[in-house]
Amino acid sequence: MTTVAVKPATMAQALTRALRDAMAADPAVHVMGEDVGTLGGVFRITDGLAKEFGEDRCTDTPLAEAGILGTAVGMAMYGLRPVVEMQFDAFAYPAFEQLVSHVSRMRNRTRGRMPLPITVRVPYGGGIGGVEHHSDSSEAYYMATPGLHVVTPATVADAYGLLRQAIASDDPVVFLEPKRLYWSKDSWNPEHPTDVEPIGRAVVRRPGSSATLITYGPSLPVCLEAAEAAQAEGWDLEVIDLRSLVPFDDETVCAAVRRTGRAVVVHESTGFGGPGGEIAARITERCFHHLEAPVLRVAGFDIPYPPPMLERHHLPGVDRILDAVARLQWEAEG
Amino acid sequence: MTVLEQRGAYRPSPPPAWQPRTDPAPLLPDAEPYRVLGTEAVAKADPDLLRRLHAQLVRGRRYNTQATALTKQGRLAVYPSSTGQEACEVAAALALEERDWLFPSYRDTLAVVARGVDPVEALTLLRGDWHSGYDPYEHRVAPLSTPLATQLPHAVGLAHAARLKGDDVVALAMVGDGGTSEGDFHEALNFAAVWQAPVVFLVQNNGFAISVPLAKQTAAPSLAHKAVGYGMPGRLVDGNDAAAVHEVLSDAVRRARAGGGPTLVEAVTYRIDAHTNADDATRYRGDAEVEAWRAHDPIELLEAELTERGLLDEAGIEAARQDAEAMAASLRERMNRDPELDPMALFDHVYAETTAQLREQRALLRAELEAEQEQHGAQEGGAR
Ligand SMILES: Cc1ncc(C[n+]2csc(CCOP(=O)(O)OP(=O)(O)O)c2C)c(N)n1
Repeated sequence: MTTVAVKPATMAQALTRALRDAMAADPAVHVMGEDVGTLGGVFRITDGLAKEFGEDRCTDTPLAEAGILGTAVGMAMYGLRPVVEMQFDAFAYPAFEQLVSHVSRMRNRTRGRMPLPITVRVPYGGGIGGVEHHSDSSEAYYMATPGLHVVTPATVADAYGLLRQAIASDDPVVFLEPKRLYWSKDSWNPEHPTDVEPIGRAVVRRPGSSATLITYGPSLPVCLEAAEAAQAEGWDLEVIDLRSLVPFDDETVCAAVRRTGRAVVVHESTGFGGPGGEIAARITERCFHHLEAPVLRVAGFDIPYPPPMLERHHLPGVDRILDAVARLQWEAEG
Repeated sequence: MTVLEQRGAYRPSPPPAWQPRTDPAPLLPDAEPYRVLGTEAVAKADPDLLRRLHAQLVRGRRYNTQATALTKQGRLAVYPSSTGQEACEVAAALALEERDWLFPSYRDTLAVVARGVDPVEALTLLRGDWHSGYDPYEHRVAPLSTPLATQLPHAVGLAHAARLKGDDVVALAMVGDGGTSEGDFHEALNFAAVWQAPVVFLVQNNGFAISVPLAKQTAAPSLAHKAVGYGMPGRLVDGNDAAAVHEVLSDAVRRARAGGGPTLVEAVTYRIDAHTNADDATRYRGDAEVEAWRAHDPIELLEAELTERGLLDEAGIEAARQDAEAMAASLRERMNRDPELDPMALFDHVYAETTAQLREQRALLRAELEAEQEQHGAQEGGAR
């Protein structure tokens, strides 16, 4: 392992580079969406692509999400690999019809004859002070739709590696970008940019022995911070970054929970009907006899995403996670 | 030689059921945007109305500059300015009767305010203290819609319901040029025409959807042309000519009220400022274009006309300015106070009757806030 090439980069930069490299490597890769061309996207993730590859390969579409994804279906049918950008989480909803009725099930409907290699990039989640409809966490809807991969990076290296994998995948991938981490920096090795675990694999970001925090995307840094803070209380917390919600890595998650006997699932989206319920159920089914306490969830409240001035009360923060960790001691108290 | 090339040899008859249902000609918009200011038509306009439009335009412009200033002071999270588009905003509000409804898009704060909504309450969404700060029933203004075009079917439904009830209520729905590409736009127009609902659709064609110019949005000769395919008239109007927009919208409202069905109005205008204060417009357009549109300013157009015709003097202009200044001062003063926020309100109004789950979460937040306060108190105590 060399250390020379490792340097800090932002998640946004890594995503841009991934798109560029994918387009350079494969002429079938086409980027399309609202404002992705001249402007480079409202988050500038597609910056420079139209200039470098031409407007036919990085296309400003009319403002119509159903149309964007629907035409991407046809393009994929004809051998292209569309990467579509949904401008914000809540603006992907007009495209749900295409996603649920066609994108997710075309392979299955056609008995494998018509796979759709489409990547749907969705900036998601809160914490950036966005007004209404700019902070939703819609992962549960996507997870509930068979036929879609649902992936979400939390590190710079994963942003690059997972996006390259998503574009290379022969299945449709909903690629959820935690927008509040766009400008977060961490070390990244651009010499070996694809050196990350494959889609479907979870990663232990911090080993620990007292309990396991299971999280993904925007909540990973919060969980790591909570784990640091918990040290003072004598708790050695493990932190798992799921990276991929579908497929789900039961193996890594269960191995960890069996080791620690305690687990908390942390995410921003609502708790009721949210991803945490599925994850807790899976853990309970597989690790029941290893559990020292019930699997807990720390999630956003079951309310429409609040206005920015109140979002800090909604988003799971370090204290709420530590409170849950404290509640894991219930068995010991009898 | 193919069969088709043998002239006269092949005479396809129309399908048996074919009958043109309407002559499309009366539905087609004019080739040029309709104008009143600077033309003969201005003589027909009511001077009082023109003066009212002028005062509202001045107010609207001042509102835009004030709100933009508030974003710089961090008092507003974001503001999508409608500078340059004030004529559309103001005319939209003034073309309606009190019993009518307005369905605004996120850029249409001015129309909302001109309709009577408190200027501060109209900014709540953009300040970030609540999603919709006003009671929609008070002035019959639906919440500002952030998802594009999604409020248009609502307008159709409301207008339809009013007619079913026997009320002569009209709904006016506003959308941008970009929004006309959304599926909801098409569905709304189709429903409106099939139901002959009393709705008026106002498209503010300001040239861009964020960075995407109209040419990449549509290949239609004009957005007003889209009406024809649904079976309703399309009208093209100079969106910077307040008198023209008001006249065309009023005609459409009258027609709708009388049972004549929906109209699509395209107002040709320009977004002078960037998409929002967070947008960098230099990335997608040049200064020359902006300057050309500045020379076609809605306030200057109307002011020149009124002054020339002796309908407005310096004193009148000054009065309008002072009224706008007073509005801005009050807006500034009230926006500079921190909004009173109760985090516990997060759990209000999710359902008519709250659920056990929300009660639980409410208790959790209450405990967190109390702990926070205690800690705060302890810290203050320690400092003393
Ligand atoms: C369904 C949906 N998709 C995307 C967006 C993001 N967005 C906000 S404003 C905007 C451009 C709108 O352009 P236009 O309809 O012309 O209105 P204008 O901003 O010019 O008033 C976009 C793409 C949105 N609000 N809703």
